[in-house]
Order: sequence, then structure tokens, then C-alpha cells
Amino acid sequence: MIVVPPAIQRIPWKLIALLSAITGFGILVLYSAAGGSFTPWAMQQTIRFLVFLTVAMVIGRLPIRIFEDFSYIAYIGVLVLLIAVELLGFVGGGSQRWLNLGFMNLQPSELMKVTIVVALARFYAQLPPGNTRSWTALWPALIMIGLPAALVMLQPDLGTALSICIGGVVVMFVAGLPFWWFGSTAIAGAAALPVLFSFLHDYQQKRVLIFLDPESDPLGAGYHISQSKIAIGSGGVGGKGFLNGSQSHLDYLPEGHTDFIFATMAEEWGLIGGLGLLFAFFLLLRWGTRVALKARTRFGQLTAAGLTMTIFFYIAINLMMVMGLAPVVGIPLPLFSYGGSSMLTIMTCVGIMLAIENDSKTGTRRLH
Amino acid sequence: MPRKNPPITEAWRGITFTRRALVVGGAQAAVGLALAARMTYISVIDNDRYVLESESNRVNLTLIPPRRGWIVDRHGKALANNRVSLRIDIIPDRLHNRDFVLGQLRTLLRLDGDTMERINRDLKAASGFQPVAVAEDMSEAEYASILVRLPELPGIAPQRGFARNYPTGAAVGHLIGYVGAPNAEEYQKAKDPLYITPGYKIGKDGLEKYFQPMLKGKPGARRVEVTARGKIVRDLETQPDVQGKTVHLTIDADLQEYAARRMGRESGAVVVIDCLTGDILSFISMPSFDPNSFSDGISNSEYSWLRADDHQPLINKATRGLYPPGSTLKPMAAIAAVQHGVDPGERHTCIGGYRLGSRFFRCLGTHGSVDMATAIEKSCNSYFYWLAHRLGYDAMAPTAKLLGLGEEFQLAGSNQRYGTIPDSAWKMRRYDQKWSASDSLNAVIGQGYVSVNPLQLAVMTARIASGRRLYPRLINREFRNEPLPFSAEALAVARSGMDRVVNGAGTAVRSRLPLDGITMGGKTGTAQVRGLASGSRGQSGAWKYRDHGLFVCFAPVENPRYAASVVIEHGMGGSRAAAPIAKDIFTFLYDREKAMEALETFEAGWGGNIKERMDRDYAAWKSGASSDPNPELPQ
Repeated sequence: MIVVPPAIQRIPWKLIALLSAITGFGILVLYSAAGGSFTPWAMQQTIRFLVFLTVAMVIGRLPIRIFEDFSYIAYIGVLVLLIAVELLGFVGGGSQRWLNLGFMNLQPSELMKVTIVVALARFYAQLPPGNTRSWTALWPALIMIGLPAALVMLQPDLGTALSICIGGVVVMFVAGLPFWWFGSTAIAGAAALPVLFSFLHDYQQKRVLIFLDPESDPLGAGYHISQSKIAIGSGGVGGKGFLNGSQSHLDYLPEGHTDFIFATMAEEWGLIGGLGLLFAFFLLLRWGTRVALKARTRFGQLTAAGLTMTIFFYIAINLMMVMGLAPVVGIPLPLFSYGGSSMLTIMTCVGIMLAIENDSKTGTRRLH
Repeated sequence: MPRKNPPITEAWRGITFTRRALVVGGAQAAVGLALAARMTYISVIDNDRYVLESESNRVNLTLIPPRRGWIVDRHGKALANNRVSLRIDIIPDRLHNRDFVLGQLRTLLRLDGDTMERINRDLKAASGFQPVAVAEDMSEAEYASILVRLPELPGIAPQRGFARNYPTGAAVGHLIGYVGAPNAEEYQKAKDPLYITPGYKIGKDGLEKYFQPMLKGKPGARRVEVTARGKIVRDLETQPDVQGKTVHLTIDADLQEYAARRMGRESGAVVVIDCLTGDILSFISMPSFDPNSFSDGISNSEYSWLRADDHQPLINKATRGLYPPGSTLKPMAAIAAVQHGVDPGERHTCIGGYRLGSRFFRCLGTHGSVDMATAIEKSCNSYFYWLAHRLGYDAMAPTAKLLGLGEEFQLAGSNQRYGTIPDSAWKMRRYDQKWSASDSLNAVIGQGYVSVNPLQLAVMTARIASGRRLYPRLINREFRNEPLPFSAEALAVARSGMDRVVNGAGTAVRSRLPLDGITMGGKTGTAQVRGLASGSRGQSGAWKYRDHGLFVCFAPVENPRYAASVVIEHGMGGSRAAAPIAKDIFTFLYDREKAMEALETFEAGWGGNIKERMDRDYAAWKSGASSDPNPELPQ
């Protein structure tokens, strides 16, 4: 029997394999979308993945205490960055989502998706159990969610704002807040939809309207959804074959390497590829949920559940969008779409959850 | 807290967390399953539809208009063929910056105001992708000047195609008709995408329209892969077009052209028929239009010019023109008389007219004692008044009808007005009046109620000459052409009378054929446009009140091979206007050089051939001068 050194044993090989499978598949699709070329996307995505995977593994080695201790500071820091973006955007004009740091473009709203979950988890972990149904359990959380969501909405970035809200709300939900709070809020929200709708920007309103009736404008704003459905539908069960997707190669499919990469993939790999990818995402989310259920601390539980939801939200909204079930909001498909910001967010999530998993393996459960 | 709740403990909180985390996980799984189901639905159930849409995205199908079948004469010479044409079209749906693009085209191609007007008119009438022709038959240089600027000219579609070509131009206008781009109505009816393909033409008139199903051919198709921006990636496959079938006519192209040219500036019609088969050898109505102009999309002003001409170039006078036939019907009357027992040798004395009751019907001369053949030779009205009074026109009308007068022929692509051969029953039906003796007298000299078209006159002559009931034909159709129920004596007297008209001392001796051994028989006719009562004999004055000149003839006299009718509107007399033309046409059939010599002399006097004259007249008309209402007569 070969004795595996503990250092190697501690590396989560299964998770790495899963992440590599998803990203590797994505890189194949990017290779095809570029017309059978590693440039400009596939090569860079590979490097990015290797870097961020290493980052995730390093984060996973950190003691969970660090996240808990720095959660509020991180939250406030990111909030300040969001305000900075808003101010700079006000100066620069138009929709401003990132800060130019010289060596990279930092998109603070992406960081907020993670920090909101961590900060809320700490808030509820410290909340005495008896206060769970009291007002004190509610208002700080609402402010913590509301401030960044409003700032992001101002950018305007509906998709990210929703993602921040959902991450926060799920933490509140699993923290045990009364069920009827969520129910009545949902009903009130539905009733307020028309009012909210009127607050949206013109192009956002248009997207929602087009989503409700894509055929109303097949060559205009409904074009994205129509072409995406054509790409997925024409792939059939087995797909058109690697490098044979006409929709993406002939530029009928817009954003075929970023937001609509699933359609690019489905055209060439068909239903089999699509279901395979869905299954891989299912495995990733199942791992996240298991980490949450097995977490040793309450902070770990809430954080893992919230981060799993954040990842899920990316996947679900993106897939609903490309299949014509949701309006076109600019949300990429995690690990699959070309782009650094979303991969950084996802890998950070994975890293934190890895830290929670490692923490739960080392000690006894301590749910205070 | 108004509600009663269990005390909140850490244990409770832990259970709640597990429960809710599972709820969240379950909800996620449910969404995941819904997404899987949705994807299955799109890619399996709707697969066919999306495959189709993907293909229609990817593949751009361009129809290649088929080359139209040729129309050839009896010797295989082309009357209508195709030539290579470089063309530019506008696709209205893709034309975004209309004024800019049109301005550019105007500058680059030096288009005149007429053309711009036509393009604007067509653009207004065009529907969506129906192309509008900008220019056809462009030079390579012009074509290239558009090609290099194509990126700045959205909606412009250059094309290397074929255009219909009529080598003899106006000479075949009324015979062949013309082609043109289908209009919105025709497209609606046909529902054929080919109809909105640039460069595709359908037959619009005459034989082009009649033989459209035969001539059209099968379109080819070019399939190309295109990007979303319309850039062609590669050719997938090209299926060549199948040219339409060739239509063989009985026409003799050379004779057709010669006859049309020989008509000169006159307005009228010529029909030449082969006496052996009934083949129509030439079929002419002049003045005519140039079908090449119509096929290229005629300009507004050229069309107005044609419409404004009082010689009516847009009307096919060979079948649509009805004329009182005048004396050309006298041989027919002679046959009818012999058939009714009149002895051709019987004589009647012409005293310069014929008295019917209180009315005196005038003859053109005082011919003295004449028999039947002499009466034809001299065109003596008195003799035929006498016959008509004696027999009544009811005895003659059936003979006229047997000879093809008043008949509508089954003739490819022609639209005929068949005129009137009156009799008592007809008059009763039409006017509710009894037939009178004076009606008979008027009818027998081809006036009064009688009206015929030039085609009928040619058929009549061919039937008299051949003794058979020849049926005129433009394509090789089989007819029985059975012998006419006339006695040899009756036909012989008609033919000999006609022989003497030209070769004896008759009315057309000046139009004797300048050939050795071949003689022509004929009969002149001069038909009044105004009633006799007006006093004027129609030999002078305004053009439109002058008498029509007619001539029917056949040759050779001994063994007839060709028959013809010539009608010259307001030509003042058959011997003066019509017979000389017939003479030259028949000369052409036997001695082309001699006939061409005569024609060239005439054309020098008329100011060039048909095309040169038409171009000059059009230019003059455009510059404000109206066409000459009183054209110079030949001779």
C-alpha cells in the first residue's frame, strides 16, 4: 500500500477535477468560438484559471477565523470602493462599473457579492438566538444589503444588484428569520413590480419587455434571445460537432464567448453537452450545500449556504437568459464564460467554502 | 411577538438551518431540472424549427434568373435572343440613405432626368425586396465604378446577367411583343420568388407573353454561406439555370425586316402568307415600338412619345386595325357571283355609275362594256353594283366568310378585332332594320358596313390564290387546309382579273414585278374614311381624313406561292400607296439585291432606317417639337 503524504491528501483533488472539467470544457468552447484558435480567449482563460485556482487553494488553507474577523472591514472597504466608482462614474459619465488600478480593472460590485454574504453571516452568527425573530435581526441586515444594492443599481447593473440581494436574503433565510417575513415581502415585491419597473433605465425596461415577447423585435433587441435559442435548438441531441457551429462562427450569436457561451456550446455539443454541463454544476452546488450542512461553526454554515446561492444564481440566471426564460441581463456563466471578474468571484467563493470544509474536518462542531 | 413560538435555542437554530438549507438546495435542484427540461424541449421538440432557422441564417439562396428561350424564324434566325448585360438594381428594403445613394448613382452613371423619374416611380411601386432596375447594359467601366463604391451604397445590387435582345428592333415589335420585370400584381399572383429576382423578365405582350411557359426556363440557384453582416464566406453549390425552350416561328426574319423597313414613314400593316402551308411569313404593323426599349424598362417620356404619335405605334394594326376593304373585295364578289350562276363572260355597260331607284351610285370612270375579269382589272364599280343588285349581298357574304373575312383566327399571341361581313340577318340583329339594295351596293365595293383587318385580307388572298381553305399559322400547327367549295371557273376568273390588274391594263400596272418570268396578281382598294356624302374624295387635305390605300396580291400568277395584303392608312389610294410596297416585298422574295437597292434609295429619302428615324423623332419630340402630323409620302 502506497502511503500518500498528508500534504497531498489534504489537497481536494475531486473538487479540482470538477472545476478543471467545467473550465476545460469552457476553454474548448472558447477555442471553437475563436474559429479554432487559442487566441484571443482560450489561452488567456487557461492562464487565468490556473492563477485563480491557486488563489482558491491558498484561501482554502486559511483559518476560517480570518474571514469572520475581517468580514466587516472588507464589507466597508468594498462599499467605499463602490462609492468611489459611483463618484468616478459621475465624473466620467455613463455606466461606470470598474476602477482602473493600473494593472487591472477592479469591479467592486463583483467583490460585494462575496463580502455581503460573509458580512451577513458574521452578523447572524453573533446574533443571540433569542433575537432571531426580533426587529434587531432585520434592520441591520436590510441596510447592509440595501446600501450596496442601491449603489450597484445606480451604475446601473441590474444583474449584479439582484445577485447581491439574493446572496444576502438567502443568508437571512437560512439564519432562521420568520418564514412569513419572506412570504409577505415576496407578495409585496410582486405588487410593487410595476413601480420598480418604472425606475429601470430605458434599455432595461426594453429588455424586460422584449423578454416578455421576444418575437416582437426579432432583428432588434430580441435578436440576442432569438439567435441564442436558434443556436441551442439547432444543436439537437448530439450537436453540430466541434468547430461546426454556424451560429457562433458566422456571428449570428452575439456575445458568443461571454454571456451567451452556453448557446455556443449547445450548438456544437447538443443536448448531451448541455446536460453534462448542468450535471457538473449540480455536483459543484451539491458540494457547496454539503459544506454548509457539515460546517462546524454557524458562521461557516451561513457563509457556505450564501456563497452556494451566489454561484447558483449566476448559473440559473445565465441559463434562463440564454434559453429565453429570463430577460437579457449581463450575467456570465461561472467558470465557462470568458472573463476575469466572474472567475475571480467564483474562485473566491470556492476558496472560502474550502476553508470552511477544512475547518469542519479539524475540530468538533461548535455552533454558538 | 403576537404569536406563540417555541423558545429559540441553538439546537432549534441548527435544525432550522438544516431544514432551510435543504429547502434552498431543493429549490436550486428544481430550477436545475426545469432548465434541463427547457433545454431538452428546445433542442429536441423544437429542433426541426431551429435547424431550419439556423440554416436560413447561414445559407443565402440566390436565384439565378434562367436565360429565356430564343424565338427564331423559319430558318432558325433569331428574332429574340439574349445578350450579356451588366446591370445595377436597387433593393428597396436595403436602401437606407435613399437620396444619397440615388445622387451617387446619378453622378456615377450620368443618368438623365427621365431615368431618375422612372427609378423614383418604380421605387414607390416596388414592394420590399422587389428590385428596381437602375441601369442595364452598362459598360465595363461604369459597372466597375459602381463595384468599387459598393460599400458606401447599401441597397445597390450589381449583377452580371442576360437581357432580352431583339436584333431587328421595331420590325418585330408587334409580332413578338416584349418582356418586362414582373410587377407587384403579377408577383402576388405567381407567388414565385423568381419574380422578385433582379434581372428576371416575363413576357408582357404578344408572343413573349403567349409562349411564356415555354420560354421561361428553369432558374439556377447559388447557395452561399454568409455571416450575420452579409459577408459571403464561401460558395456552397451552384445549380446552373436551364434555358427556356426555343420557339420556332413560320416568320421569315429577313422578309419581316425588309417589309417593316419598306413601310417607311407610313402607318399601316403588311401580312405575307405562304400559299402552300398558310405560314405567316411576315406580320407587320408600322410604325412600331422598339421592344428593346420596353424590355429595359421604358422611360416615361419615351412612352408618352409613343402614345402621342397619331400613327399609333402601340396598336397592332395587322390584327387590331379594322378598315373598309374597298375594292379589294371585288375578286371575292366575282367568285360569289360565279358560284351563283353568273356567267363571267356576261357583259354590263358602265355609264359612269349605276342607278338604283332615285340614287345614282358613281363609278370612278366610265368603263363602257365590261365582263367580269375586266371589271376586276378596271375596278369597275358599276359592274359590281349591277351584280350586287341582281344577287343581293346575302349571296356574297357566305363566300366572304369562307375566304376568312369576319373570322377570328386561332393565332398564337394575337389579339384580334375581326370586323364585320354584313348580311340581312346581321343588320336586323344589329340595327333592327331590313337590308336594302343600297346596302348591298355599298357592301360589294367594300364600303358601308364592311370592315376587315389586314390579316383577314391576306388570308382571303391566299385562299383565292390556292383554292384551299388555308389557315394562317405562326407556329408549326397542323391544319387540314381542305379545298374550298368553289368551281375552278370561279377561282380562275378572280385570278385572271387580278393578273390583269397588274399585268394588263389595270389599276396597278405601275407595280409590275421587275423580274423575269414571275408575275404578280393583285387588287387595289381605296377606302373612304369620310362618307361619300362629304363630297371630298379624300385625295387631299388633312392626313387623318385621307382615304386608306389597300392592296392584296399573290405571286407567281401561274402557280401561286405567296399571298400578301398591304394596308396603308390614309395613303390616298391602293395603287398609289400600297401596291408599290407589295411589289418590293415580292421582289425581295425572289431577288433580294434588287429589292434592297430600291429600299436603300427610299431610305435615303426618308432619312435613314427605322431606328435612325425613330431616334431622331424621339429626340425632336423631347426637345419640344411634336412629330410631323403630315408626313411626307414616299415617291
